[in-house]
Amino acid sequence: MVFLSSIEDINMQENEIQQELFKIVKVYLPQDVKEDAVRLDSHLMQDLGINSAHLVDIALDVEDTFDITLNEKDMEEMQTVSDAIKIVSEKTA
Amino acid sequence: MINTSKNRVVITGMGVVAPNAVGVSAFAKALQEQTSGIRFDPQLAELNFGCQVSGTPQITEELLLENFTALQLRGLKASGLVYGVIAAKEAFADAGLKIAPKEEALSEIGIIFGTGQSGGEKFREAIHLIDDGRVRRLGSTSVIQTMTSGISAWLAGELGCGNMVTSNSSACCTGTEAFLMGYERIAAGKATQMLVGSTSDSGPYIWGGFDAMRILPTRYNEDPQNASRPLSNDAAGFVPGSGAGAFILENLESAQKRGAKIYGEVLGGSVNSGGHRGDGSMTAPNGKAVQDCIQLAMKDAQIESKDIDAINGHLTATSKDAFEIKNWTEALDRKESNFPTINTFKSLIGHCLAAAGSVELVGAVLQLKEQRVYGNSNITDLHGDISDLVDAAALPLQTKNMKINVLAKASFGFGDVNACVILKKFDRLET
Repeated sequence: MVFLSSIEDINMQENEIQQELFKIVKVYLPQDVKEDAVRLDSHLMQDLGINSAHLVDIALDVEDTFDITLNEKDMEEMQTVSDAIKIVSEKTA
Repeated sequence: MINTSKNRVVITGMGVVAPNAVGVSAFAKALQEQTSGIRFDPQLAELNFGCQVSGTPQITEELLLENFTALQLRGLKASGLVYGVIAAKEAFADAGLKIAPKEEALSEIGIIFGTGQSGGEKFREAIHLIDDGRVRRLGSTSVIQTMTSGISAWLAGELGCGNMVTSNSSACCTGTEAFLMGYERIAAGKATQMLVGSTSDSGPYIWGGFDAMRILPTRYNEDPQNASRPLSNDAAGFVPGSGAGAFILENLESAQKRGAKIYGEVLGGSVNSGGHRGDGSMTAPNGKAVQDCIQLAMKDAQIESKDIDAINGHLTATSKDAFEIKNWTEALDRKESNFPTINTFKSLIGHCLAAAGSVELVGAVLQLKEQRVYGNSNITDLHGDISDLVDAAALPLQTKNMKINVLAKASFGFGDVNACVILKKFDRLET
């Protein structure tokens, strides 16, 4: 990866982050929501019906997976999958 | 004999998670064959417990996946919650009840499901995180796993029960008390069905205090199946156990309308406390109150002492067993050859603490349904103070068939609390 140009490097990283985030979010889907419902612009609570208490667990899983710490502001801003990608990308850059 | 001023209440479903069997039919077989569920407990040994044996239910991975989603299982450490959910779901399905539709709760079905303390292991995990200044790492399930009402709240959501939903707590009386509270609610016309029962965690954090009090047996670590010896002259303390028992209690009219299977009728019962007066204390029963409880139960059930065919006692394998027998003889004014048949399951399952009443009530109801009493195991010689009061024939060593019309089940608990239930065989022709 160190040989890739910086733009490709970022794209590659975002793609990996996205895959990992999809994996995390799918665990918390209610039983009547199919896994393929998870898209980049899916709102975690409104579109995917994830219980608000589980947002706390998603944040902890994100911290563990990417070895980062999320602050209060990050948690508030993490409304959709792409919000999460943005936050993780910034923290892991 | 039947109290017409109250609704009649019957048992239409049962579920159980016990040290010697999981599921009602397996439990019936284990009691019938007097199979022990007491095993060497490596965790207790590792932690230097004096008592290194326990009655811990054996839960398979398969059973967990049948009763919990993968998400629910994440970080789930409250063993009592696991036992309670498995037993309660079995009882609910056994009664032929249907889970509530998505939009509307079942307003006629309530839950009273007790416990002593929930999720000690989860609480330990939380305490470590909190003390490390990492409270935000607790996650979302710490509360539900450690609150006493976690079990009833969990079940309300799984089944959609919309009547009263609560968890009671009265030490070793918890299960028997929950049963009676549910009975009273239906008898008073405030619910049609009640899911009642109790559960108790496994493990060192729930049992440690009893080991410290030196009331558990310490000489049977290499011989677990012989550790629990109620009624015996060499009783050496109670073996710590865990598990859950669950029932669907139902208004007789509703049960008959549904064509439900009926295990037996609840005639009545009583709960009281000795108030730590007389011979009572935090740890010892006030004998007068124990006798009052038994007599009040008979009065509530509108029966006389001569009507009782069998008793399932509390009988834990401590020095108090003889005192319990004495209280029964005086409360019933029956002794020697006139004393009813009495037994205890604790020789096979240990003392399941908050779950004791409900797990043993499942066994007691099975005795009524199958018209047999399960044998008392591990009696070397009947304790002398017991054989002075009642004939040995009243304490069968082997399972035997017998006619049981009325059965009394009692639990006596830490804190000087008592509970006694009177059950009757249900005869369709009689109604």
